Amino acid sequence: MNIEEFLYHEARLLDTHRLEAWLDLYTDDATYWVPLEQGQQDALETSSIIHDDRTLLELRVKQARHPRAHARLPLARTVHQVGNIMVLSEQYGEVRVASTLTLVEFRAERQRVWGALVEHHLRRDGETFRIAHKRVELVNSEGEIDGVAILF
Amino acid sequence: MGAFERQTLAALVQPDRVHRSLYADPALFDLEMERLFGRAWLVLGHESQLKAPGDYFTARMGREPVIVVKKSPVEIAVLVNRCVHRGTTVCPEGRGNAERFVCPYHGWSYDRAGVLQAVPFADGYDREKLPRGLKVVPRVAAYRGFIFASLSPSGESLESFLGQAKASFDDFVDRAPGGELEVAGGVFRHAYNGNWKLMLENHLDGAHPAWVHASSVAVARAAPEPGRPGEEHYFDIAVRQMRQNGAPDSVWEGTGMRATPRGHGIMGDYHDDSRLVAGMGNPAFDEYRRALADRVGREEADRILGVTLWNTVIYPSCSFMSQFRQLRILQPLAVDRTAVHTYSFRMPQAPPSMFRDTVAFSNVVNGTGSWVLTDDLEVYERIQRGFASGAVEWAQIGRGFGRDAAEPDGLRGATGTSEVYIRAQMRAWLDYMAE
Repeated sequence: MNIEEFLYHEARLLDTHRLEAWLDLYTDDATYWVPLEQGQQDALETSSIIHDDRTLLELRVKQARHPRAHARLPLARTVHQVGNIMVLSEQYGEVRVASTLTLVEFRAERQRVWGALVEHHLRRDGETFRIAHKRVELVNSEGEIDGVAILF
Repeated sequence: MGAFERQTLAALVQPDRVHRSLYADPALFDLEMERLFGRAWLVLGHESQLKAPGDYFTARMGREPVIVVKKSPVEIAVLVNRCVHRGTTVCPEGRGNAERFVCPYHGWSYDRAGVLQAVPFADGYDREKLPRGLKVVPRVAAYRGFIFASLSPSGESLESFLGQAKASFDDFVDRAPGGELEVAGGVFRHAYNGNWKLMLENHLDGAHPAWVHASSVAVARAAPEPGRPGEEHYFDIAVRQMRQNGAPDSVWEGTGMRATPRGHGIMGDYHDDSRLVAGMGNPAFDEYRRALADRVGREEADRILGVTLWNTVIYPSCSFMSQFRQLRILQPLAVDRTAVHTYSFRMPQAPPSMFRDTVAFSNVVNGTGSWVLTDDLEVYERIQRGFASGAVEWAQIGRGFGRDAAEPDGLRGATGTSEVYIRAQMRAWLDYMAE
């Protein structure tokens, strides 16, 4: 699987609600980050819309499967449209990949559109990759936005 | 507004039930903006957001866009953000520092006190008839560093308005060594399709977590056990709080639930997890305890840290957690649409790890992508859909009714899950609306 195919694969897993398989793409030391502020560099002393290590990410997926997860029942239907894929650098066994995400979300008679600049840090794993870090910089992260109960 | 005479309004707010129109009628919402948000003291922010003269941030008072500005080294002004010429907002939303507020439309400019200083093509006007400047919000006051304003030129003092809720702000500030607090760590801005009251009613509701937060309680229980003191995981504080939401009914019944005549509500005596708030055994917390004791003495430090207040609601626009240094300000946008801004506070003289806990707590519990908040928002929206239906006219607020105990400045619920705080909010609502 090349980088492009891998990113499409990740998007496909999310769009088909195969969340456990999606989680398996992440390394044990992975971080998944949706910053609150544009260009945010710090995740410990500045809030984030999501800032999960692998443990929290796993709990997030578990919550989505809980029979009384009101905001996630049913899960929103989504299309993750990944584009503008560019390799930024490759060193220490990690490939930094930039992409853009256009996401259409539908749930409870409401359709929302999201846009984001995305960066993946990928580690080669045999014929495929695993994700060591994902950063999703939403264009409206600083706006007054309704609750976020999806994964980007 | 002749349709809403006192009697009509009073009929909507009965001692143990409330009419759905308070949540769903746009005409009542318009009246609330005028009579309630146009009269009450509203929390706008904190003095740490305005350090130097000219520092400003924008806010909203009901529907009024305002600029909160440090007009001199010692004085704060609140100006209506609307050019007196053609109505433009003179200042974009956000914060910054300005010598003058210059309207982008025709260049009318105002100084930090809102006084009109320059008008291009001024010869075209009769100077005597030009307005003096931006409309100044008539009353501004601060309590322990928290900035309030009222659009009404007269009314009770801020301290009288706050009543016993002052103690919650005292708790907020007293916990900070040297009394120093600053807004830090970014501002969450979320919104929901529901009436503004729904948030205030929810924040003191000890009967909802077992149901609304069942999913986050369940996953928190499945999380790795919190680390030993000083070796906590990044997420422990959040896991502890989510587990706390699953406390048995007896814990919720045992909380202290008090409400003031102005509709403020105070939940106390809640926590049974001594490491969540008191940080027992944590080296950073021990350092913090020492920093506090160095300034106020050990006895006073112990007293301060022994206070067990949880959520406080300042009616009609604010809710805060003094122990976790989180403050939320709501802004009604429409009868069925509300925005909420969530602030975190740093104690500059406490160990940095304590602020990291505040940030982690905020992300997981109060943030826009939170595991906890998102379920609350889902329920607010479902309430709003229910209240849009006219098939059933009333909502119940009678839990514990008839057993409220009168106190010097308000009421105390017989148990922690008493809806006394909603009844107090409704009584305050009627007082403002029918005044």
